Amino acid sequence: MISSSLVIAASFLYVLILFAVAWFGDKRAAEGRSIIASPWVYALSMAVYCTAWTYFGSVGRAANTGLWFLPIYLGPMLAMILAWLVLRKMIRIAKTYRITSIADFISSRYGKSRTLASLVTLITVVGIVPYIALQLKAISSGYAMLTTPLGQPRPEMGLWLGDSTLYIALALAGFTIIFGTRHLDTTERHEGMVAAIAFESIVKLVAFLAVGIFVVYGVFNGMGDLFAQALADETLKPLLLVGQGAQEFAYPQWFALIVLAMLSVIFLPRQFQVMVVENVDERHIKRASWVFPLYLLLINVFVLPIALGGLLFFGQGQADPDYFVLSLPLAHGYEWLALFVFVGGLSAATGMVIVEAIAVSTMVCNDLVMPFLLRTERFGSRSSGDLTGLLLMIRRVAILGILLLGYLYFRMAGEAYALVSIGLISFAAVAQFAPAMLGGMYWKVGNRQGALVGLALGFALWIYTLLLPSLVKSGWIDSGFMDAGLFGLAWLRPEQLFGLEGLDNLTHALFWSLFANISAYILVSLWSRPEAREASQALLFVDVFERTASSYPVFWQGRAKLADLRNLTERFLGVDKAERLFTDYAQRLGLSQTKDIPANAQLVQYVETQLAGAIGTGSARMMVASVVEEEQLDLDDVMRILEEASQLRAYSKALEEKSLSLEKATSELRAANEQLKSLGKLKDDFMSSVTHELRTPLTSIRAFTEMMIDDDEMETEQRRQFLEIVVGEAERLGRLVNQVLDMAKIEAGHAEWHNSDVDIQTVVRQAVNSISGTYLENGLSLTLHDHNESIAPIRADPDRLMQVMLNLLSNAAKFVPHPGGKVDVYISDAADGVTVAVQDNGKGIAKHEQEQVFEKFRQAGEFSDRPQGTGLGLPISRQIIEHFGGRMWLESELGAGARFNFFLPRLNESQRLELIEEEHA
Amino acid sequence: MLRGMTSARLVALFTFGCALLNFPLLALWDKDITVLGLPLFPAALFIIWAGMIAVLAWLMETDER
Repeated sequence: MISSSLVIAASFLYVLILFAVAWFGDKRAAEGRSIIASPWVYALSMAVYCTAWTYFGSVGRAANTGLWFLPIYLGPMLAMILAWLVLRKMIRIAKTYRITSIADFISSRYGKSRTLASLVTLITVVGIVPYIALQLKAISSGYAMLTTPLGQPRPEMGLWLGDSTLYIALALAGFTIIFGTRHLDTTERHEGMVAAIAFESIVKLVAFLAVGIFVVYGVFNGMGDLFAQALADETLKPLLLVGQGAQEFAYPQWFALIVLAMLSVIFLPRQFQVMVVENVDERHIKRASWVFPLYLLLINVFVLPIALGGLLFFGQGQADPDYFVLSLPLAHGYEWLALFVFVGGLSAATGMVIVEAIAVSTMVCNDLVMPFLLRTERFGSRSSGDLTGLLLMIRRVAILGILLLGYLYFRMAGEAYALVSIGLISFAAVAQFAPAMLGGMYWKVGNRQGALVGLALGFALWIYTLLLPSLVKSGWIDSGFMDAGLFGLAWLRPEQLFGLEGLDNLTHALFWSLFANISAYILVSLWSRPEAREASQALLFVDVFERTASSYPVFWQGRAKLADLRNLTERFLGVDKAERLFTDYAQRLGLSQTKDIPANAQLVQYVETQLAGAIGTGSARMMVASVVEEEQLDLDDVMRILEEASQLRAYSKALEEKSLSLEKATSELRAANEQLKSLGKLKDDFMSSVTHELRTPLTSIRAFTEMMIDDDEMETEQRRQFLEIVVGEAERLGRLVNQVLDMAKIEAGHAEWHNSDVDIQTVVRQAVNSISGTYLENGLSLTLHDHNESIAPIRADPDRLMQVMLNLLSNAAKFVPHPGGKVDVYISDAADGVTVAVQDNGKGIAKHEQEQVFEKFRQAGEFSDRPQGTGLGLPISRQIIEHFGGRMWLESELGAGARFNFFLPRLNESQRLELIEEEHA
Repeated sequence: MLRGMTSARLVALFTFGCALLNFPLLALWDKDITVLGLPLFPAALFIIWAGMIAVLAWLMETDER
């Protein structure tokens, strides 16, 4: 045994660690660096499914029935396979409409019905209180087991105030209040609490694995040894077989348990809380959906070995199998291990109680207390004042109340029932939510009346066939009616209702309650007419994946005032939070001030959704309805709004497409415009260059002629000199005009081309010959490096080519040094065409200027040392060469001369024909 | 297309899992023999379970986009 003070100290220390983890989680959340935003933490938080019932009860069940503890974990395995489909939809719905509990989910789906929400809450409280009692019982029994010497009876429970379990309940309530209701959040998320739960899941897994390994490898020599001993024992062997001795394997019960667990893993309030409400990111489901079943597998691996080990060690019926995990280490003197295992059990129990209490308190507050309070004069729609404090207070009281109820049940039921049965009774209660929940998510026809009748019938049958018999077995109620039936009617016997025999009590109860529930839900839904609000909510739920994307219909008509809605929000969420929400909303609409927000249906919907997060959908609906003037919608209105919304969606899609194509057209237009602009600028530049170039010779002509007019006595020689200048300038003027015209013609495509098959060598030779005189005069050398053999002809206009050659040669002459200038002309022939190069030994052209020389009126180099020229020669030459399909380019380096090249291709037949055609056009 | 395939595969796995864990397939393991020292029935259940987790993990973790 271990001293009680040590156990209490260890428990206290453990709770302190929990506090630290939760505090850290909350702190990080406040800093925006969430530690729970991970699929691993999400999966671990789901493991709140494993309560003290798993931790202690599974071993007990295995010791009595063999593998029958497994369906409770195989069901979740199967359910999690569909998590990506079902759970994701549930999360999407809950997040979209700010749903924070199962009661809210069901009520919201069926027209925000407050009756339905209250019924669901009632079922939850009745169903869950025994389960909480079970956790308290586990802690209390575990504590007693540790602190009493082995083999002695446990001490009697103390009086109320002397009972340590009461203090455990109070401490748990305190913890839950601190981390569950510190502040009001419209999404009801509790990061610190989730972090603590994930931590608890690790502790209980490690502790259970530790005791498992201890039993298998410490007490026995491995799995093989343990199972060999068990198989050798005739009393234990049936536990390991399908058919257990004379008893048939109860397949219906096995199936029922799997179904029950499958539903519970989603619909237990604590599971809904961690899986749906506390979910950070839908994508986390992907990993969690297999990690969580893996967790369950690991925590179950040693259940059967521990059970068998305990039975082998203690002998059957000698020790309580529920607590083998504690008694086995104790019996071997491993007290520290036992203490650690107890802490693991404490984790399992506290984790469950905390989450369950938060989830149930939210329901009690939003769906039982608030609707009632808001109807009263004091808190109703006409009153004012901040209600956030009140909301938190109600939840705190509810948490305390739930735990005290659990404690009360524990005191009264005490030892009457084995752990595992209580858990299954709770499971069967929450399974009643399945038809309304799943039907509501996938079946639009399901309506409020159907859900209400189904739930009520299912709940009634659950009470009659499962809860009452369990109370009878606890000795609270006279057992007479069990055997004889209510009012002595045999067909009303609770465990053989309508004479249905051959099923165990759980399967029997589950069958009747779910059968009645589902049947009523379907039949009543089919034969009753839903209200407009139900129909609209049904659409919003079932089609949630289609609706959230863009425009979703708002089923509301009426008039509202911004100030009223604002006041309402402030009352329930506080001034700061309201300010934030309205600012967000205004920003989304692109408004700078919150007072500009239009008080339309969208705003009403927004406010109602935000309020729903804090006070539940039913109450939110009621409060919003009280401050706005609503027009009653009928079914036709719903259909009309839906039609409009889908039309709107189609329009917006079409609009989107149109705007996309418009955007494309705009960008094309813009590009074209840019081009035009630059062309326009080019034209302007061209014009100003031309006028500039024209003015220079004109000015000098005018100056010289004026001088000659003014001075009658001018010498003849002088006059002649002047006249020569005038003629020269006039020639230059003429050349310029010709070139401008030429350029314009070529660019406009109006130039005349007289194409023929040209021997390029001949053209080049002629050009060189005709210009050689000028070179000689200036003392420059010009060398032609041609081929002796003739080269294949090229289709081109020989006059134009001549023009190009002369231009290049005269350019070269201008840029080489005088004297000492040297120009070389090269012709090289290849299969695809001929390249002609004019190389000079001038000072060359810098890289960045090379392309500019081909632009009109651009000449390389400083303005001052520009030689005479029109600045059009090279552009025209390039245009000519390009007209023949060739290209002209410049190779040069500063100080190393320049080499102008042009390449003329030999056209293939089709290109040739094209060119010929053009000639004749 | 692929997205739809994952959903369909999950439903298939679910259906198959339900069949594997219930009558009559469960009765296949009703034999008094041991595998590596472990009784057949518990060993089979745990292996089926682990297999389902593996397939589910594979389905969920292979990125479809």
